Order: sequence, then structure tokens, then C-alpha cells
Amino acid sequence: MMLSLLIAVPLLGALVVALLPRTADGATARHVAFGVSILTLLMSLALLREFDIESGGYQLTEDHEWIGALGVHWALGVNGIGLTMIFLTTVLTPIVLVASWRDKEADPARTNTYFAWMLVLEALAIGVFAATDVFMFYVLFEATLIPLYFLIGAHGTGQRSYAAVKFLIYNLLGGLIMLASVVGLYVLSTQQGGPSFLHADLMDLEMSQTTERLLFLGFFIAFAIKAPLWPLHTWLPDAAASATPGTSVLMVSVVDKIGTFGMIRWCLELFPGASEWASPVVLVLATISILYGALLAIGQDDLRRLIALTSVSHFGFIILGIFAFTSVSMTGSVLYMFNHGLSTAVLFLVAGMMIQRRGSARISDFGGVQKVAPVLSGVLLVGGLSSLSLPGLAPFVSEFLVLAGTFTRSIPIATVATLGIVLAAVYILLMYQRTMTGPLNEATAGFRDLSRREVGAMAPALVLIIGLGFVPQPLLEVIDPAVEPVVNTVGVGDPPPRAPLDLTQQTEGAHE
Amino acid sequence: MLDLSWLLIAIPLAGAALLLTWGKESDRFGHLIATACSAASFVLGVVLFVELAGRDAEDRSVTTDLGTWIDAGPFRADFSFTFDTLSSLFVLLITGVGTLIHVYSIGYMAHDERRRRFFAYLNLFIAAMLTLVLAADYLVLFLGWEGVGLASYLLIGFWQHKPSAAAAAKKAFVMNRVGDLGLALAIMTMFAWFGTTSIAAVNDQVHSVSGNVATALGLLLLLGACGKSAQFPLQAWLLDAMEGPTPVSALIHAATMVTAGVYLVVRSHDVFDASATARNVVIAVGVITLLMGAWIGCTKDDIKKALAGSTMSQIGYMMLAAGLGPAGYAFAIFHLLTHGFFKANMFLGAGSVMHGMNDDVDMRHYGALRKAMPVTFYTFGIGYLAIIGFPGTSGFFSKDKIIEAALGHSVWVGLAALLGAGVTAFYMTRLMLMTFFGEKRWRDDVHPHESPSVMTVPLIVLAALSLLAGLMALGSWIEEWLEPAAGHAEHHDLPLPIIVITLIVLVVVAAGVALAWLTYGRRQIAAETPADSEVSAFTRAGRAELYGNHVNDALVVRPATHLTRALVWADAKVIDGFVTGGADRLGEISGELRKPQTGFVRSYALMVLGGALVVLLGLLAVTLA
Repeated sequence: MMLSLLIAVPLLGALVVALLPRTADGATARHVAFGVSILTLLMSLALLREFDIESGGYQLTEDHEWIGALGVHWALGVNGIGLTMIFLTTVLTPIVLVASWRDKEADPARTNTYFAWMLVLEALAIGVFAATDVFMFYVLFEATLIPLYFLIGAHGTGQRSYAAVKFLIYNLLGGLIMLASVVGLYVLSTQQGGPSFLHADLMDLEMSQTTERLLFLGFFIAFAIKAPLWPLHTWLPDAAASATPGTSVLMVSVVDKIGTFGMIRWCLELFPGASEWASPVVLVLATISILYGALLAIGQDDLRRLIALTSVSHFGFIILGIFAFTSVSMTGSVLYMFNHGLSTAVLFLVAGMMIQRRGSARISDFGGVQKVAPVLSGVLLVGGLSSLSLPGLAPFVSEFLVLAGTFTRSIPIATVATLGIVLAAVYILLMYQRTMTGPLNEATAGFRDLSRREVGAMAPALVLIIGLGFVPQPLLEVIDPAVEPVVNTVGVGDPPPRAPLDLTQQTEGAHE
Repeated sequence: MLDLSWLLIAIPLAGAALLLTWGKESDRFGHLIATACSAASFVLGVVLFVELAGRDAEDRSVTTDLGTWIDAGPFRADFSFTFDTLSSLFVLLITGVGTLIHVYSIGYMAHDERRRRFFAYLNLFIAAMLTLVLAADYLVLFLGWEGVGLASYLLIGFWQHKPSAAAAAKKAFVMNRVGDLGLALAIMTMFAWFGTTSIAAVNDQVHSVSGNVATALGLLLLLGACGKSAQFPLQAWLLDAMEGPTPVSALIHAATMVTAGVYLVVRSHDVFDASATARNVVIAVGVITLLMGAWIGCTKDDIKKALAGSTMSQIGYMMLAAGLGPAGYAFAIFHLLTHGFFKANMFLGAGSVMHGMNDDVDMRHYGALRKAMPVTFYTFGIGYLAIIGFPGTSGFFSKDKIIEAALGHSVWVGLAALLGAGVTAFYMTRLMLMTFFGEKRWRDDVHPHESPSVMTVPLIVLAALSLLAGLMALGSWIEEWLEPAAGHAEHHDLPLPIIVITLIVLVVVAAGVALAWLTYGRRQIAAETPADSEVSAFTRAGRAELYGNHVNDALVVRPATHLTRALVWADAKVIDGFVTGGADRLGEISGELRKPQTGFVRSYALMVLGGALVVLLGLLAVTLA
């Protein structure tokens, strides 16, 4: 029941927030929403009491029949991977709510819906990460589009309706392709002893090679759009440039992770053979994403588009690690999903604070901000350094694990991907140089430094970024046991060291 | 006691964290906290060093494991630190010179409103640099490696309001990242081949793999070393880095951080022992850089840039020595230590001069400063004697050893090192003459004065060290001390007796000094830098830093800029154009399909009739067939 409750609390909270009377300043709605998100966070931490970290399987499981005729279940359960993603969601939501505190100051009547939609999104995301029934997963996966559509289209800025429609259609298209595969699984399971969408049942399905590959592609394309993988990425910069910073965080840091999460949960576990078949192409596409996203980020003048494109690059790393099929790289990828969520949240939220003060998102409209807002620039620098994976900050650990694991499988791919660390230094430091250093831009002279609320919103993320940089083990210990079974399912695994110790002894023996 | 080596890092790290998070109220005493942290680390370092020295030679290595950093699948890296003969020398250099520079900075940065932050960064640097040299695992070394890169970035760009400082900081970080790419790939190679990144284990096992793997590993490590130590072809950032406050140039960009590449090579000596190819490339890089740096040093009128060229050149010597293998490791480290003393001494001296000259760095505006700044002059003079290798000073011993070892390896390498010694004598004499001798060429509003004692005392201490550090060579102490960490050195037969080589070196040095005297001592020095068109091609090339930036621009920066622009265009027009174009086509098709929906019942009736006819005909055809 704990997982169902974890979904229900933010959902009911959203309902309450939506129904609260609209006050002149919207303060009640904000406080209630924040309280609900904190309650959800505490509940997610309480999951650890029941969760056995050592075990790699699904735990806290629930199973209720939902649509009997189709064999659909309301089935929930988490392994270490799902748990990590749920933590990411529950940690980021309160941060986002506090950072978005004054977003609706100009239009307080809409505070209620704005915050309610965010809580709905949190509930749906938790549901997606906990679902062990593929039909339920599909429904929730598609349902996340609804709050995001309204958050971008109704509460965004600029070309928001264009971006919202583009986002919706692009992702719906992916969802439809996935639906075809879900139907295919239904047909197969019906043939093999009765309809079921349960993860455990589907893993036992027998299917021909062609069927497996086609079903794999249906899921993979949907996830590749969501994650976004080159060349299916063009919806993301538009959506990020039109969304409020809080929405961007929920979209890129949390919802987009459903793509990479789904690749592990549904592509690799259900279609291991097809995953291996597709892996050479996927590895190349992921490497292209890494470099392409980074190069495009270097050429951006819009802060939000820049951050969105750095994410395209980072998602390339995540997908690379997943499809390298080693436990090192895949553990790195799951950790990367969490860490990227943090670093991107910091960047989007600080960028939002800059944009709100300056009234422009153009990098060339800033300059010398460091002088008037040292705290803000410090936060941007730490966020930026984490995005370029500086050792000592959390994303370094995950990026290194991804690259080191991939290197054992393919030296050329890993080498090309590693070029991304140079490009990352360029896009982050160039942006920092142009916005924060140099002579003060006259229009930025009246810049306020971060308020206490803003510092309070960023502090937890910064503490986590630094803390997990030096002490990543608490998360790795949760992730690692869950990754092992997935790696075993695919059956490729970690190659042994190429120069094992016994070889040393042999050569020494030969000399004697 | 020796397992407390981690505390060396923890103290300055805590200092940095404290100063960065504490509010304005700590502005008054923040610099004192930072200096105390650095000094405490130094005192602890001395205690540990004495204890280590009290042990038998084979026991002089203590590794402390603080616990797991990363453990995922078969990958594992521990926070473990090794205090041995090699790292202990670095600990003394980093914390010792570091503390002196903290003290000096109290005076130098006295009027900077962000002084507390400056000291926080200095402490951060000390912590990161100690992590680098104490690490027992390459990944922990990488943590320190990029950590010093961060500190360097923050300190080069400390005066961020200057666009040139911000640009130089970014350039340094990005070029270092190119080197870090090599180090990162080297660490991945270690994991893929040996299943471990522990420094001891990798160096143990490297002899068991084919020479190609050792060569690849050596070259990747060298790439990292080139980035950090500003060696060819990644040298172009160091001169720009002089935008940072002068104590930073002394500590990071002369005495410690830039020598980390040499440390990396010596620390990974088994890798280089296993590959003659990698060693030869190290020698080539060292020789090229030592000549390039010396050339640049001859032509710059900016005192800090002349010294920076000299730093490049001297690290080239160290690199060359490290490339000689077991015969050179100890001498590389020896020269690294003496250079740390005399170059820090001279950079701080340059800072003292600038302090008295309204922060002017142009030596054309100096002249005759020896009377106005006697302490600075005498201490700088000792540094000068040390770097040109005046008999008895520390540089005399350390450079001579490298030239001898180079001659033992190959006559050509030896000659290049010898030539470098002559050029060094030339450019350093030029610098001395332009700064302290000759006529006053001061600007109108300049009133040179000696710096306060908080700045001159560190100068005096460093001058003493520059003079006396040669004692380390007494009875081959340095070679024996380093033997447990750097391996045993076989002595090559030299083509000439040592005394003859020493005499030749002295003659070459004297020639360099004499040439500089003829050019700059006897003639009047112009108070303005002659235009490029008036000087020789040699000077023009040196001023342009041997066109390193031009090459980088042509080969990397411009193509990358064009590629980025092309990709931004293609992303909007081609990839997204395909997507939005698809949507547009769909809209057009819908528009066409919409046309028959006229709303007139008569046209729908006609279509129903037509449809029915088609179905009927079809059925008929099927039945008949």
C-alpha cells in the first residue's frame, strides 16, 4: 500500500490545492502545495524502512486487478532503480515549488492551478516509476503529457502554445508507437495462457526474433523521443524555452528520465536479444547526441535552450551507459539520471532567477553580474561545474562510471564520447564568462542577489551535489543490486580485465 | 602517526569551506584563518617527514585507507593516500611555499575587497594539490588534478571584471581539459586492462602487458601532463594565466601546480620504464618546450610573461629529465624543488616590484630599482643566480645534473639542454638589467618603494632556500631518498668527465650573460616597446608566443566555431525542418481531403451512389470469376 499511498498523497493534494478558494496572493495554495510535497518526500524516505537494499528484485509490491477482461492490473513495485527515480522526483518537487513561489505574482488567480498541476505531475511520475504492469505504465506515461501540456501551454511564456503543441504531438506520436507494441504484448500473452501485462509474466513470453525486434522498436522509439535521443530531440529546446523554470525542471529532470528508465525496465528486460541487436546503432546515436548536443549548446544565445541542449548531451551519456550492457556503465547511467536531475535543476532554476531579474533570456543581455550578485553567480558556477562533471561533484562519479564501463566494451565509442568533457567545459564556462564576468552591463546594474527564499530553494540541491560527489555510496548501494539482474538478463556483462594477474605469473614463469 | 596524512588535506579544505560559507564578518580575519590552516598543514607535514625519515628505506611508504569512494560492479576506487618519499617532498614544497605565499598575500591583497575569497581559493588549492600528490589511486589523483584546475580557474579569473582575466581563466581550464581527456582515458585503460586504478597495482602490473599498451598508457598520461604543465603542444594557456594576482602566479603557475605533470610521469614511472617510445616522446616534448619557453622569455617586456616563459622552459628541463627514465627521475624532482623555491622567489619579487610601480608590469618602465627596493633586489638577485646556475646556488646543482644525464642519454639532447642553459642566462640577465639596473624609465606618477615586511620576509626565506637547496644533492641524498619511490638509477658513462661538462655549462652560461650585457647593459633601453616592424623576426615570433595561439585558432577554434554554426543552422532547418515540414505536409493533405466535405447533401448522395456502384461491380466481378 505504501506505493499507492505515495501516488495518492500528491494527487489528493493537487485536488485540494485546485479547489482551495482563490485568494488575492495565492499564499494558501502555495503553502498547502509545499506541505504536500514535503509530506510526499518524507513518505518516500520512509520506503527505505521496508526496503531491503541488498536484494535486487522488486519490493513493496502491490497487485490489484484493474480491468479484468484485458488482464490489466494495478501493480506496483520498485527495485533500486525505481526507488532512485522516486527519490529524484520527491526531492526535486519541493525545491521546484519553492523556486516557483513567485511565478504567479502577476496573476495570483492562477496560482492554484499552476501548483496543482505540478503536484499532479509528481504523482504521475511516481506512478510511472513504480508501475510493474505495462498497460498501467503506458497509461501513466501518456497521462504525464496532460499536466505538462497545461504547464507549458497555459503557464509558460513566449511561443508557449507552439511549443506546447509541438511537445504534445511529438510525444503522443511516440506513445502511439509504444501502444502498438503494448497491444502486441497483449496478443502474445493471450496466446500463451491468458492476457497479462505484468512485468514478471511478460519476461517469460516466448517470441520470434522478428516479433521481439518489432516490439522492442515500438518501446524504444517512444523512449528515445522522451529521453530525447538525436535526431528526435528538437521538441525539447522549444519546450524548455517556453516553459517556466520550474516546469522545465520537472520536464527535463524528472519526466524525461522516464525515457531512459523505460529503456532499462521495458526494453532491456523484456527484449534482451533485440536490445543487443540494436545496441551498435544505439551506441552510435548516443555518441552523436553527446557531441551534437554539446556543440549546439556552445552556439546558443538563449540560456534555457542552452541548458536544454546540454541535457541532450547528458542523455546521450545515460543511453550510452545503458546500451553498453556492463554493470559499471549501467550503474553509472542510473546514478547519472539522479545526478543530472540535480545539476539541471540548479541550472534551470538559477537561469530562471536571472531571466526574471533581467527580463531577457539572451546571454548577450547579461554581463558582469558577478559583481552585483555574487551568491547568484556562485550558485550558477557550482551548477555549471556539476554539469561539466568536475570531480568532487556528483555528476563526475556517474559520468566516469558510464565512460569506464563503455570503454571496456568499445574503446572507439568511449574515446569519442569522452571528447564531450572538453566541449562541456566550453559551453559552461563560455556561458559563465559572458553572463557573470567582464564589465557590468548597464541593464544588469540593478540586479538583486538571491533572496533568502531562493537560497533556501537551491541549498538542498547544492548540498546533495557536493555530498554525493564525495559520498556516492548510499545511492550506489541501492542501485547496484538492481542493475545486476538486468545486466544478467541481457547476458553481455562486464568483460574481465584484459591483463589478468595469472598472465603476469605465466610470463614471469616463462622468463625463469 | 603517518596514517594522519589525510589530515594534511583536511585542514586547508576545512579552511576553504569555512571562508566560503562564513559571512562578511569574517572579512577582517579570514586571511589569518587561511594562513593558519596552511601553516598547520606545513607543521604536520614536517612532523610526518621527520618520522618517515626515521624509518628504514624500504619502510618509507605508508598508505592510509579512509574508505570507499566508488564501488559499482567490478569498479572500485578508495579514498586512500600514500605518504612516501616522493609525496613527502611535495607535501613540504606545497605547504611550505604555500604558507609563505599566504603570508605574502596578506600584504599583497590588503586592499582588495574580496581578500577573504582569495584566501579561501588559496586554501582550496592547497587541499587539491595535496590530494593530487598524496592520492594512492589514479581516480583520487584525478580529483586533485581537476581540483587544482578549478582553483587555478578561480584565481586566474579572480579579477573577473577584467574581460582579459575571465578569458584567460576559461582558456586555461579548457586547455587543461584537453589534457584531462588524456588522463581520463588513461584511467579507463587501466581499468579495462588491469581491473584497478590503484597507482601501486597499475605500476606493478604494467610490465605484464604488451609494450603497445604501456606506450598508449604513457602517451595518454603525457597528454594529461602536457595540459597541466603547459608543455608543447598544450602550452598556450600559461602566459595568459599571468592575468591572475601575482602570488597566484608564484604558487600555482610556477612552484607547484604546473609541475604536477612532472610528478605524474615520475609517479607512473613503471609505465614509462616499460615503454621506450613513450619515454622518447616525453624527452621530445621536454626539449621542444624548454627551447620554446626560453625563446619566448627572451622577447617579452612584461615581467610576468617573461618569467612565465621561463617557467615553461624550466619545466621542459624537468620533463626532459623524467623522460630519461630511472637515470633522470630523481633529477627531475630535484630541479622541480629548487625551481619551486627560486621561481616562487622571483615571481613574488616581481609582485613586490609591481606593488611599488602601481601594478605596471612593463619592464620598459622600470630601471634602476635596486636602490629603491633593496630587499627585493637582493632576494631577486639570489633567485637570478640560482636559475642561471651560478656555482654554489641550488640551480647550479639541479640543472647540471639534468644536463649531465641528458648528455649521457644522447649528445643532441644534451646539446639542446646546454643551449637552453645559455638562453636562460641571456633572458634572465636581460630581465635583471631592465628591472634593477640602468636608467630610470619610470612613469611620472610612480614612486617606487620597498614593500612591507609581511611581503619581504617570505622573499628572504625563499631566497635562502634558493641558495641552499642544493644541499639536497650532497652525497646523492636526493637520489637515495627517492629510490624507494622512483626506482634505482643506473649511472651511464658520460662522454666527458663531469668536471669538463660543468665547465662547458659555465662557459655557455657566461656567454649568455655577456650577450645580454652587451645588448641591454651597455646600451640605453627604450622606454617604449619597439614596434614589431622594428625588431627581428626572432623577437617577433617570441612576442607572438611562437604563434601557438594562431595555430590553435586555425586548427581547432575556427573550425569548431564554423562547425557549431553549421550545426545550429542544420538543427533548425534540416532536422527540425523535417519534423515541422512533416507536420506541414500533413496539414496540406488534410486540406486536400477536406475539400470533398462540401456540406451539400446532393454531392454526398452522389458519392453514396458511386460507392454503391463500385461495391456492386466488385461483387459481380468476384461472383462471375
